[in-house]
Amino acid sequence: MEGVLHQVLSGIASGGIYASVALALVMIYQATHHVNFAQGEMATLSTYIALTLINAGLSYWIAFVITVVVSFILGVLIERILMRPMNDAPVLASVGVFIGLLLIINASTGWMFDYTIKTFPTPFSGGPVLFSGYVSGHELGSTVVTLVVLIAVYLFFRHTKLGLAMRAAAFNPVSSRLVGIRVGWMLALGWGLAAGIGAIAGMMVAPIVFLDPNMMAGILLYAFAGALLGGIDNPLGAVLGGFAVGIIENLAGAYLVGTSLKLTVALVIIVAVLVVKPSGLFGRTVMSRV
Amino acid sequence: MSALLETKGLHAGYGETRVLHGIDFSVEQGGVTALLGANGAGKTTTLRAICGMVRITGGEILLANEKIDGKATEDIVQRGVAHVPDGRGTFVELTVEENLRLGAFLRNDRVGVAEDFERVFGYFPRLRERYRQQAGTLSGGEQQMLAIARALLLRPKLLLLDEPSFGLAPLIVQEIFGIMHQIRADEGVSILLVEQNASLALDIAEQAYLLETGRIVVSGLAAEIRRDDSIRRSYLGY
Repeated sequence: MEGVLHQVLSGIASGGIYASVALALVMIYQATHHVNFAQGEMATLSTYIALTLINAGLSYWIAFVITVVVSFILGVLIERILMRPMNDAPVLASVGVFIGLLLIINASTGWMFDYTIKTFPTPFSGGPVLFSGYVSGHELGSTVVTLVVLIAVYLFFRHTKLGLAMRAAAFNPVSSRLVGIRVGWMLALGWGLAAGIGAIAGMMVAPIVFLDPNMMAGILLYAFAGALLGGIDNPLGAVLGGFAVGIIENLAGAYLVGTSLKLTVALVIIVAVLVVKPSGLFGRTVMSRV
Repeated sequence: MSALLETKGLHAGYGETRVLHGIDFSVEQGGVTALLGANGAGKTTTLRAICGMVRITGGEILLANEKIDGKATEDIVQRGVAHVPDGRGTFVELTVEENLRLGAFLRNDRVGVAEDFERVFGYFPRLRERYRQQAGTLSGGEQQMLAIARALLLRPKLLLLDEPSFGLAPLIVQEIFGIMHQIRADEGVSILLVEQNASLALDIAEQAYLLETGRIVVSGLAAEIRRDDSIRRSYLGY
């Protein structure tokens, strides 16, 4: 029983990471109806930026903040320069750009920072701290950080004028322009936010899985499973889905399929959701009269 | 009275299809101008051209003597043009409150916005009842009211209304036009009204233009057009 508790708790910790990345995916999906396949590689690049800053002697939290800001700007630039011309392009062309972006970022991080596996520091003291030693300091700390991020994002979208404008631009671009919202910039901001959230997820997961150019490949898959499970058009659902996938993955890895087949769990979830309930558990049902 | 909006030889269309073939008309300061015509005459396209939503292929549009053709929709809205589009443009996923807040997106005067919320609730008390409700669940008439309220919250100089009577029960249409008479009296906003229901539009308008396949065929005072039997029979069909 204690073993189960341990698996669930560390499932929540990794689930928080998946939830963050799932949220980043959903934010871009809502606005563009495309899944950003490069989301994971963008986060990996951000994590390398953080490592470079820390190695240059900056304290962890200063490096953290700079990384988030730089990632935000990179996200905005990617949208403005690469995605903007694809606005009216057919789906396959956009997918091509996403995959190209994935490969370019992946190859250039490998080229700039080499392919060796690196350790990444954690600001949270390492020893097991909570629940009679079942949760490590880093697991607890990263869960708190992801929860803070998720709550901040929620409050931003619910209670600020800019957040409302971003939601409006995603739902109804034409009407948004007619009330004076600069829809293109809202989209770019969304990319920036998604990149910033991804950067935090990358920095939180790197101490656990170690940093290499392919670090986020598996995590993106889990996050995608989480987003689908919760409903790809529902941010809250995607977050809950991310946590659920984290717990399922850990339990299945410990008791069902073993650690070497853990990634398969994500794929099984993806296939199962698409077959059984493509809109996800919390898929949006918009009521509208005609 | 000087013209708030003026178009000169306006040509516009969608892609290769040209819809407007040189349109000249003007909207006077502080009145209602009606743009009438049958389906496909180019009424909606005219409104979209004013808001920079379709490609303009010739001519110009002046708002308070400033050229606005070729500008982005957002910039035209910023100059005080509010457009209630056909289909009402409701943000169906958002609440009534959020829809109204979006109407005031460009404004930063909190106090003024709060006052204007009260004012539009005065016109449309039902929106206050539905304040927290998802806008997609409103009836067609309520969504039309929401669209007009949203547009008024911009405090526009020029209000473009695209067929506010479309698809609504006669009683609701009467209610909405009753409120529009009130808005015209209270707000000092100039209104360009597009309608298929000519008698309704001529009742409220001072000036009227009649569009036929992308050209203006009749223009003049609304009251005179109403009295002119030959125009009524040949164009307005009532």
